[in-house]
Amino acid sequence: MEYSVIMSGFGGQGVLMMGELLAHCGMKADLNVTWMPSYGVEMRGGTANCTVVISKDKIGAPVTGMPQAVIAMSEPALNKFKTKLPADGLLMVNSSLVSDTAEISSNGITTIMVPTRALAAETGNEKMANLTMLGAFIAQTGILDFDQVTSEVSAFLPPEKQKLAPGITKALLRGKAYIDSL
Amino acid sequence: MKGSVALAQGAIDAGCRFYFGYPITPQNDIPEYLSAALPAVGGTFIQAESELASINMVLGAAAAGKMAMTSSSGPGISLMQEGLSYLAGSELPALVVNITRSGPGLGGISPTQGDYLQATRGGGHGDYRLIVLGPNSVQEMYDLAGEAFRLAFKYRNPAMILGDAILGQMKEPVVLKPTQAPPAETAWALSGAMNRQPRLVKSLYLKDGEMTVHNWKLDEKYRQLKETEVLVETDCPPGCKLAVVAFGSCSRIVRSAVDQARRIGLPVGLVRPISLYPFPEQAVREAAVNAGNTLVIEMNTGQMVDDVRLACNGESHVFFKGYPGGHIPTPEDILAEIENILNRGGLKACQL
Repeated sequence: MEYSVIMSGFGGQGVLMMGELLAHCGMKADLNVTWMPSYGVEMRGGTANCTVVISKDKIGAPVTGMPQAVIAMSEPALNKFKTKLPADGLLMVNSSLVSDTAEISSNGITTIMVPTRALAAETGNEKMANLTMLGAFIAQTGILDFDQVTSEVSAFLPPEKQKLAPGITKALLRGKAYIDSL
Repeated sequence: MKGSVALAQGAIDAGCRFYFGYPITPQNDIPEYLSAALPAVGGTFIQAESELASINMVLGAAAAGKMAMTSSSGPGISLMQEGLSYLAGSELPALVVNITRSGPGLGGISPTQGDYLQATRGGGHGDYRLIVLGPNSVQEMYDLAGEAFRLAFKYRNPAMILGDAILGQMKEPVVLKPTQAPPAETAWALSGAMNRQPRLVKSLYLKDGEMTVHNWKLDEKYRQLKETEVLVETDCPPGCKLAVVAFGSCSRIVRSAVDQARRIGLPVGLVRPISLYPFPEQAVREAAVNAGNTLVIEMNTGQMVDDVRLACNGESHVFFKGYPGGHIPTPEDILAEIENILNRGGLKACQL
């Protein structure tokens, strides 16, 4: 079984990093993974998205025209990728930035609004908004064991960023708790 | 690990200790990584003042018998063609990496396979070929860096790895292999003539008939390459009615499309040339002729399809679908194309 997710948003929101952490944890769980980024020329403020594929079998395409899930951290990202979801797809939207929810859910697609910035602020660091979304995504889909993910955070980070590990773990857990509370 | 980084580490693990290059997107991860990793193993990293300088520094290091490489992208590779021709003419081994961008001209930075013909036809002036390898995964970016050096030194001919922004930017798990020793002192290298006869490395042949002899000598190497060094992956089960041919990143997308096609009962096979020069003529021909119909998918307007047609020599119906200019097809796009051709040919679906 192959699972593909498109994570999308603005440059600077940590969209690519979310995907990398997910792919890293998939690899550590002995699964095949690909992480394929696509971004504009700007370091911040441009568009950024990545496709992560996780599979027990060898992975063919690292890109997909029909992902199982889309994570949209911004409105342009939502508009660009929501149309690619199949009817049984999962759409997770950053409701801290995307407020107009009226036209979002359609065709029976499971849509989950995650107030990422508010959740991250509760953990003490608003910049961890992306990781609350990742925590929510992993909790919602169950594609990876949640404890395994939190135990991999340190190994994923380069030496100079180790001090971020506790904050990242907190944010992941806050995202999970949000899903559990729904 | 990122594809570009895997390639760079693969070159180091194969014994490469010299890199000369000039920055260009989308291959800058290669020099960025090597600028730290090469000095750490006692190697030399130089950011040259231009692509022309880079390739001639590679030529100098190669003439001294050293494992040297450069990397660039389309426009920069075009600037290096003079040096590549001189390397081939002088029978010097080197690795040149082309992480292509869409063109012509300055083009764009998105993934494309538009440099296939430039790579496989030599690219510069004169009667020569490069050894060209087309990886399709981050693991192969690592593995084929070493393989390219092995072939380059065995045949004393420059080798190219042809990748694109998908392969350069994508991250996948990689199994690293133990570091191999660089080739020992080579009998042709300009390594200092103390206590031995001087040697000569050149590509200028003016005496009567000399150039002809040299051309046939080079041609003999290309013949040997075709005979012994072809790399290809074939998956065409019996009963296959359509052989799809694709290389590099595009072949990954085609792989998914072929798997999807088989799940709905379509008799489809896949041939993936890994060595683009020498081209796997025989494997492509066998698969194409057996299937009767062949579909070539490339991220350009039709380049490798020429080699497929030459290999088939009219004995298979060859279709082509191209995605130029940075348009990355999805497996669903290619599946639609496969269905289209099987229907067009009036072929009935049957279980493989």
